[in-house]
Amino acid sequence: MADPMRIRANVVGDSTEVKVLMNHEMETGQRKDAQGKTVPAWFIQSVTATHNGKTVLSAQWGPAVAKNPFLSFRFRGGAKGEKVQITWTDNRGDKRTDEATIA
Amino acid sequence: MNARRRNLLQAGSGMTLLSMLAAAGWLQPNTALAADAWNAAAFDTKSMDDTLKALGGGTPAQSKAITFVQTPDIAENGAVVPIGITSTIPNTESIAILIEKNPNTLTAIFDIPPGTEPSISTRVKMGQSSNVYALVKADGKYYVAAKEIKVTLGGCGG
Repeated sequence: MADPMRIRANVVGDSTEVKVLMNHEMETGQRKDAQGKTVPAWFIQSVTATHNGKTVLSAQWGPAVAKNPFLSFRFRGGAKGEKVQITWTDNRGDKRTDEATIA
Repeated sequence: MNARRRNLLQAGSGMTLLSMLAAAGWLQPNTALAADAWNAAAFDTKSMDDTLKALGGGTPAQSKAITFVQTPDIAENGAVVPIGITSTIPNTESIAILIEKNPNTLTAIFDIPPGTEPSISTRVKMGQSSNVYALVKADGKYYVAAKEIKVTLGGCGG
């Protein structure tokens, strides 16, 4: 299982700003190791953010998203104390969900 | 008993059932799966034209309503290039990041549901200096904005 994400969610005006830092290798499948063998691609393919059961952002990523991806977005609504959930799925089928409380 | 007539009747009722299912929305594998599925065809494309075709974008209109925020002109490290895109086009449905000279052009697609501001930022890898395109879909139409980012140290391969 992959390492946890770091999620920060803050109320800014009438919207909520969410910043996520995920821990993932994001291997492109283009690199070669010391033996000259290609390192197989391993990257996050889809990311979903939900708030109160409603999807507030969904994304599809390719291998060109940087290692340990950073993502930031804002959605309207959201109050202090409520939860925001982020889920990612990588191309090996690995999944991780973390949640944060809006501050 | 007329066997042929029986067959015809069976075939007929089968058809009706199928069309009823389709009408009820049960037979729409494409739309049902698209929400979860990863758009492999689009992510495999290696040029701007192919990517636009795979996304169904056709020829997008240039738009000044799409801006790059917190995006450098010169990136020292191609492995981590911050990209922020904000669209002020009403009803923005999705924002895609395309990097022209990367091995695969399409980098990321963000679907923006109503209630979410059409403004995202993330970090990408760039193999070399290239034009970066922000492709925005709004009201079923595609708009694009470009920015050139110079990379002094590549982030792909090596």
